[in-house]
Amino acid sequence: MPEKSPPAPLVQTLKDAVLAALIVGGLSFPILAYRAEPDFHNALALQSRWPLVLIFCAIGFVLRFGLSLLAARRPPQKAAAAARARPARNWVAPLGLLALLLYPLAMLVLLGPQAALKWVDTFGVQILLYVMLGWGLNIVVGLAGLLDLGYVAFYAVGAYAYALLAPLTGLSFWALLPIGGLLAALWGFVLGFPVLRLRGDYLAIVTLAFGEIIRIVLINWDVVTHGEAGLFGFPNITFFGWPFIPGPRGFAAHVGLPYASVQRLIFLYYIVLMLALLANGVTLRLRRLPIGRAWEALREDEIACRSLGLNTTSIKLTAFALGAFFAGLAGCVFAVRQGFVSPSSFTFTESATILAIVVLGGGGSQVGVACAAVLIVGASELLRELTFLKSIFGQDFDPTQYRMLLVGIAMVAMMNFRPRGLVSSRTPTLFLNRQQSFAADLVREGRG
Amino acid sequence: MSGARWINDPLLQVDRLTMRFGGLTAVNDVSFSVGRGDITALIGPNGAGKTTLFNCLTGFYKPTVGRIAFAPRGGLDPARIETLTRSSGKSARDHGQPLFLLERMADHEITRRAKVARTFQNIRLFSGMSVLENLIIAQHDELMRASGLSLFGLLGLPIYRRSEKAAIARATKWLERIGLLDRADDAAGALPYGDQRRLEIARAMCAGPALLCLDEPAAGLNPRESADLNDLLRLIRDEDGVSILLIEHDMSVVMAISDHVVVLDYGVKIADGSPLEVRENAAVVAAYLGVEDVELDAVEAQIGAETQP
Repeated sequence: MPEKSPPAPLVQTLKDAVLAALIVGGLSFPILAYRAEPDFHNALALQSRWPLVLIFCAIGFVLRFGLSLLAARRPPQKAAAAARARPARNWVAPLGLLALLLYPLAMLVLLGPQAALKWVDTFGVQILLYVMLGWGLNIVVGLAGLLDLGYVAFYAVGAYAYALLAPLTGLSFWALLPIGGLLAALWGFVLGFPVLRLRGDYLAIVTLAFGEIIRIVLINWDVVTHGEAGLFGFPNITFFGWPFIPGPRGFAAHVGLPYASVQRLIFLYYIVLMLALLANGVTLRLRRLPIGRAWEALREDEIACRSLGLNTTSIKLTAFALGAFFAGLAGCVFAVRQGFVSPSSFTFTESATILAIVVLGGGGSQVGVACAAVLIVGASELLRELTFLKSIFGQDFDPTQYRMLLVGIAMVAMMNFRPRGLVSSRTPTLFLNRQQSFAADLVREGRG
Repeated sequence: MSGARWINDPLLQVDRLTMRFGGLTAVNDVSFSVGRGDITALIGPNGAGKTTLFNCLTGFYKPTVGRIAFAPRGGLDPARIETLTRSSGKSARDHGQPLFLLERMADHEITRRAKVARTFQNIRLFSGMSVLENLIIAQHDELMRASGLSLFGLLGLPIYRRSEKAAIARATKWLERIGLLDRADDAAGALPYGDQRRLEIARAMCAGPALLCLDEPAAGLNPRESADLNDLLRLIRDEDGVSILLIEHDMSVVMAISDHVVVLDYGVKIADGSPLEVRENAAVVAAYLGVEDVELDAVEAQIGAETQP
């Protein structure tokens, strides 16, 4: 063993550096890779800036490599370095939050109201919705270890709850938001009961069926849901009473801005950001409470749980219900964002995507799930934009047709190199002397 | 014999318990009692039905036939047991003295309400959670109530913090006893085998049981660890006043610490008494060492059963 140890740090350092470069690439890709500039016909043209991204990646690589080498040379100071690193880490969360808060405004300022539309909607609202769905499913799969393949059903319940109840009751978005969440939680309960005795593959099959049942009911219950045609024309979101419409009664006129459709999406962005942060806060808090520990204990060993007097029935049901609640909230926002809901938005592919986000993120880790949502949703959307590939493969090449293939390859590679997801270690919920993370091989996976 | 606690002051009484899996009778008409404050050993050759009996006691199996009466405090009064058996209830409370019929209760209720905790033959720790977390989860019920079904805890009210502190203090006490205080923050799955065995016992004790059921606690331990385990079990009996029922193969452990031994063979009870009595019992010797064919009839006559291997 001792003679093997010298090369290992170098390999580790290189790996770290490559990872850092990839992260920098992933982060700078949406920000730097393209820039929309008006050309001399005053039409917006995309200008690709790939070398810039590569330079940033290289800088990331060199910096990380250098830092690791420096750290490796001074092992005695490791403890001191760790102590110093802790306050530094505390900066990450507020900085990230600030970046998230400024993102839509920055897009607006940089790109103008028309071009910012896509960046706020697709890369802002949509990714945050998936982050929230990922966090919701993370409670069920990552913490409680119950493999749920029909999660999108609760998303659908939330969306249809808003689309059906808004015109019927005349209630505002804010009143319908908790109702949508609670209805989804109720369905989480309803699904939870029959599957209480099932584990692993069997649980997955039944939840998959449940997801399909909800979708097929939505298709066939014509009188209420209008089938495949879907529901539209329901009231849209207002800025506390000011609708986002052109004209004197609209939000823009009230605050003295020119009307732009992006204003509604920026408002939605902040709503979903707030909801996602709420979901995150509640989950992190619950994880340190008895119920959260019971979820994780359930994932580790259900029989031991029962031998310690834990009622696994209620533990499973609360996990299903809370996960479904967050999906219901996301569903309400989804309905408002689209202004149109139809069963085709809630297919199994959606469930699979959300599950992929949780698995790729490393079940149980909130940060990992958020990063995975950005990677999967953001990357698959960005691949639509890769028009430069036409210069390689010819004018007939349509990058959108290959985007799922590329996402698939990326996921296979990912699972090969980091089979337990981006953040695979587990941090205990309380500690006596010192906090330390556990390696993934000790922690059970969410297999039901 | 007349002074034995398992006759005069039992806390658990098993009556005519039978467990069948299809055509296989794993436990056949077994009756015995566990004395309050005793260490009772359940022994027998492999496949004798010891673990099945354990699973019946702790609710993991529903016995086919039989009654398991348990009184964590006070005494087991036959008249009260009869009354409760005739009613459809699971438990009765009389002057603050609860009585439970375990065969009617679900596994988690048996631990939570009747206060019977158990360990497993193949250790079942929450391996990805820290040693401390393992001990805290065992106190789930109290903490859950203190956290107001998570609501108070979510709001960070002091009532929850106080009870969490108490839970940590209790866990710390047990970590000290099993000598794992300095490993409190390590993953339970990363501990050496002997430590895992002791941790599992400590975890069961953190559930606050009146009866502790240990399924082969000394399996795989070296002689030193085995001696430490004996000390720990005596400590649990003498200081915490918890009765212990254990399955064991290691005769040196059984003879050293147990007050009462029950012997099973092929699902039938073949002996029941103090360690000395059991050691002298011909049927027990026969079950463990085998008998010559010529002695078979004599031994069978003594057992009073046609046990057919």
